[in-house]
Amino acid sequence: MTDRLFAVARYWWSYRYFVRSAIRNDLKARYARSKLGLLWALVQPLAMVLIYTLILSHLMAAKLPATSTVYAYPIYLMSGMLAWTLFSESLARGLGIFVEQGELIKKVAFPRALLPIIAFGSASINGLALLSMMLVVFLFLGHWPTLHSLWVPAMFVLTVWFGLSIGLLLGLMNVFFRDINQAVPVILQFLFWLTPIVYAVPMLPVEYHGYFDWNPVAKLTAAFQEVILYQGNPAEWHLLMIAGIALLFTALSAGLYLRVRHELADHL
Amino acid sequence: MSVLISVENLGKAFRSYPNARQRIKSWLGLPTHNVQDVWVLRHLNFEVYSGEAVGLIGENGAGKSTLLKMIAGTLAPTEGQIQLFGEVRAILELGMGFNGEFTGRENARHGLSMMGLSAEEAEALVPEVEAFAEVGEYFDRPLRTYSSGMQMRVTFAVATARRPQVLIVDEALAVGDAYFQHKSFEKIREMQQAGTTLLIVSHDRGAIQRICDRVILLENGQISREGEPEAIMDYYNAMLANKGNERHSVESEMREDGRVATTSGTGEAEITTVELRDADEGTPVEVATVGQTLELVVTVAIHEPVEELVIGYVIKDRLRQDVFGTNTHYLKAVRSDLKPGQTLNYRFRFPCHLGEGSYSFSVAAHADDTHVRQNYHWRDLACTFEVVNAQQDRFLGVAWLPPALSIEQNHGDSQ
Repeated sequence: MTDRLFAVARYWWSYRYFVRSAIRNDLKARYARSKLGLLWALVQPLAMVLIYTLILSHLMAAKLPATSTVYAYPIYLMSGMLAWTLFSESLARGLGIFVEQGELIKKVAFPRALLPIIAFGSASINGLALLSMMLVVFLFLGHWPTLHSLWVPAMFVLTVWFGLSIGLLLGLMNVFFRDINQAVPVILQFLFWLTPIVYAVPMLPVEYHGYFDWNPVAKLTAAFQEVILYQGNPAEWHLLMIAGIALLFTALSAGLYLRVRHELADHL
Repeated sequence: MSVLISVENLGKAFRSYPNARQRIKSWLGLPTHNVQDVWVLRHLNFEVYSGEAVGLIGENGAGKSTLLKMIAGTLAPTEGQIQLFGEVRAILELGMGFNGEFTGRENARHGLSMMGLSAEEAEALVPEVEAFAEVGEYFDRPLRTYSSGMQMRVTFAVATARRPQVLIVDEALAVGDAYFQHKSFEKIREMQQAGTTLLIVSHDRGAIQRICDRVILLENGQISREGEPEAIMDYYNAMLANKGNERHSVESEMREDGRVATTSGTGEAEITTVELRDADEGTPVEVATVGQTLELVVTVAIHEPVEELVIGYVIKDRLRQDVFGTNTHYLKAVRSDLKPGQTLNYRFRFPCHLGEGSYSFSVAAHADDTHVRQNYHWRDLACTFEVVNAQQDRFLGVAWLPPALSIEQNHGDSQ
């Protein structure tokens, strides 16, 4: 048994260059023939931040709890956008990976388990670019990192994992039911507005506050907002709960994969 | 010889669900109704030994490609199992999941990484891939600008950059120009000589017979026959011809290469059989070797009185260009005053001074030296054969004109 495990591990390890190469290709392919490349991935969320800041800054700033900075709203917005973008991008990566890599899956034999690792890698690199960009903006606004910022890497990994685990399950289903790929952006759009990113919970009537308990993404945005804007600690058990959900979806994805792997290539 | 590939009770079914609900039920492990399995392959058992070259033949839809994909590991078997005792490399259809936006070099690097090579190993092989593919400066241009032949070159070069223990080739040899076809053929042979086991799907009879030690014929998803290439190929061709008889009685329409033979004529004399034989042994020949003595046997039946009869034939190459033609008028053997009921048997004996390739005979029965005035019967593609070069030195072209070589070497006055 352990011999077999070792053999499998060695086999996977021999594919490390492939993983690296696939992540690099994935990033390059998305921005092929564009001069600014990866920058475009950052323009979208930052443009949104800029628009909401310009339109809503005066309205919102007064309603956020007291903070040390006058740029509270843009920072609040960016913290939430960071969490949201990480989540939705990772979900999209997981959703798309099987269909996007269909040709490869059909024509080349390689360990399929590497696909989620490749998706994780490419989502993380995109996320890191966004994070560094936002860091520059924070510094520019005079909002320096504190000890609490050490939470960010852990929350970063957690968010990517969470998004990816849901994405992978949907991605597997999408191979058989391509409607999922069409439905997800619509659902995400609703979810975006059901999550306190542009607005804050205290602005809403109290009777609605309870609904946010049912939205795990709201827990993630809240954690980022807490750490980045308010410079406090996130609610650990919320993060644990997210990790639990991610673990559940990872297990479901793996279980579904084992059930459909005989048919997967036939449907790509 | 040790077993490299062992296939046991292998089967592949494409499963169809009547509706989405049944599919989702199957995901949840619940019982399902009306699920239909369409078996593409079933109950396959065979072994491939190290160093062997095995050809897979069969009509379209017989399951050849599905079998290769399962052995290559890209399709999962529905039942049974495949055991592999060595590294397998496959060239399936076109491409290896290459990305059109990337250059040949980048795709080559990535393609090599897919074989589980490290960055250094891959990097070291890229120059070899570049040299073998011979796509020139295109190697550093995006793949989308390539012709399909050039893509094939890069794909083949990547797939064969490192000699695998088992090489699977699915029709890949049919793509690309003649030069590269030959080059890739050579490469495959080289690997075979170095000990690589080959598993090849091809409709090219010549290629199968040149390379393979054994041929497996797939029919309706099962192994219908396996054995010596010659025998199995003959059986296969006969099988195809029979199928034609059942359907149309137009034998020529069932030609494997899709060519349609035409016949015409007024019918006073009929060319009943056209057969190419080995001149010495009298056995039918479908694959001739350069230099072999052949005999074209033409049987003619007379149905109505014929005043003058000339039998002629033209050997045409693959592109239907005339290579050589003659008739019994030129050969001064015109027959006259023939009566109904008579049959004539013509034997044209000639040395096969042809280059490698496939050829066909057009045979005609007519009066005079041409068929223009009175054409009794004309048969295009009356008989086809393949020429391979087994014994002679390599040469180019459609004709074999072996020279006797002498070289005089003088001491040059270099002062």
